[in-house]
Amino acid sequence: MSLKQLNVFVENKKGALVEITETLASHDVNIRALSIADTEEFGILRLIVNDNETASKMLSDKGYLIKTTEVVGVKIGDAPGKLSTALAVLDKEDINVEYLYAFMARTEKHAYVVLRVADNAHAESALETAGYHMITDADINKL
Amino acid sequence: MQNYYQKEIETMPVEEMKQLQSEKLVKQVKHVYENVPYYRDLMDKKGVTPDDIKGIDDLHKLPFLTKADLRDAYPYGLLAKPLSDCVRIQSTSGTTGRRVVAFYTQNDVDLWEDCCARAIVAAGGTNEDVCQVAYGYGLFTGGPGLNGGSHKVGCLTLPMSSGNTERQIQFMTDLSATILCCTPSYAAYIGETLQEKGLGPDDIPLKAGIFGAEPWTEEMRRNIENTLGIKAYDIYGLTETSGPGVAFECSEQTGMHINEDHFLAEIIDPDTGEVLPEGSKGELVFTSLDKEAFPLLRYRTRDICVLSRKKCSCGRTLIKMAKPMGRSDDMMIIRGVNVFPSQIETVLLNEGYQPNYQIVVDRKGNTDTFDVNVEMNADQFTDTVSGVTAKEKALANAMKTMLGINPAVHLVAPKSIVRSEGKAVRVIDKRKLHD
Repeated sequence: MSLKQLNVFVENKKGALVEITETLASHDVNIRALSIADTEEFGILRLIVNDNETASKMLSDKGYLIKTTEVVGVKIGDAPGKLSTALAVLDKEDINVEYLYAFMARTEKHAYVVLRVADNAHAESALETAGYHMITDADINKL
Repeated sequence: MQNYYQKEIETMPVEEMKQLQSEKLVKQVKHVYENVPYYRDLMDKKGVTPDDIKGIDDLHKLPFLTKADLRDAYPYGLLAKPLSDCVRIQSTSGTTGRRVVAFYTQNDVDLWEDCCARAIVAAGGTNEDVCQVAYGYGLFTGGPGLNGGSHKVGCLTLPMSSGNTERQIQFMTDLSATILCCTPSYAAYIGETLQEKGLGPDDIPLKAGIFGAEPWTEEMRRNIENTLGIKAYDIYGLTETSGPGVAFECSEQTGMHINEDHFLAEIIDPDTGEVLPEGSKGELVFTSLDKEAFPLLRYRTRDICVLSRKKCSCGRTLIKMAKPMGRSDDMMIIRGVNVFPSQIETVLLNEGYQPNYQIVVDRKGNTDTFDVNVEMNADQFTDTVSGVTAKEKALANAMKTMLGINPAVHLVAPKSIVRSEGKAVRVIDKRKLHD
């Protein structure tokens, strides 16, 4: 059910992101969404891509430290207040969100939110009970 | 009550011991000169003949052997007996690319096992004990040495080798092991595993532990003693001279008695090679007095320590060595504390990291800064910043326990630490730039 997120350890140095994105582009990997967590010393690049397997392999071959984690992807309406309504569902269930980022669909009038929580199944069932649709890797490939 | 394995030797008056050492040294130098061309050349170059060595007071005339000599002479260059007289080899790990292979006759093995037996008896061992040997068996000297010593004492020996902690704990409890022999870090790990299972010191029958083969601190000793409910004894040795049992601790726990009837110890200035008086801090040098197959004369261990003949409450007269804190060629003093890269390496291996690290020391104002960069692998990497910083903190805490001072740990990408000629540069001391 959940969504695969590719995490890449990035040292804070010039040109690091260029090399990563060029590597992905040269193997026809399309980035659907991304976020970066950064500190003074390093960054963690989180990617949702159309082909996780190829992306993982290409970046590991280049010597990058990578890890795939499962995150929750949920479809929400593209209107003011829709994100906070969805988050309220999780809050009511005492589900703590470690981080999140969102992206827009090209055609549909929807936004997608990627959520990192401790217990994916719990978050998913809470959101589904509240009427939300989850997105999976298969949906990402169709976007 | 004090027990000894070989009372006459262990409590021999010092003058008698020196006489015994002198007799053995004269014979040993002849044996080496006649049978080891490599060392004969060194003696010839120095203009020393066996006739010049009349006793231990002449020891300083002999040339040193270093690890580089062992490498040059590999594998047979320092062998003093025909292979038909040899029954065993042991070897170092070779992690630094300098594998040492040592040869043993049956007599060499016997005397080595006697040394380990002395250590077990000094830790309170008798033939009533069950001795669990959780050092590695094989080329590494730890397992075979303590195994042989345990047999000589008459303990029921559990030849566990290292690893498989569940099985260690099962045998320890089911067969009532009373003495544990392993590396201090493995003893600490067994202790933690017992705690996770809710087992305390009263639930296991252990009373003593004999721990060595890696650097450890008094703080580690106290932790292990508390979690396992034992008295923890240090043991010292090196493959080049035999293995564990070159020196061992007694109930006083104030240094290790050197089995000096077999291993003649000196402390030298590591820079000049000059012999230093008793009580001086310097590099430890050993001369094997009884080894037949692989008799090293004046072998420089690179271990820094102090020797003492202060009277010991255990009754042993054997000279004592302080716990060596590391190798002479890479010691740093940070905030007044001695720090050796080997200690950092030990912590990394204990915590599941590869020993790919770099220590950066600098000075800000009047305080030393102490940073350790460690290469991460996929197991340690997580998708959250808090996950990575928690791992850095845990490593820093483990290092503080080992060293007594707190480093700042930074996890970095694999292969990001600069390597020169394939080997990572371990220490960058920027303080020297300011002086």
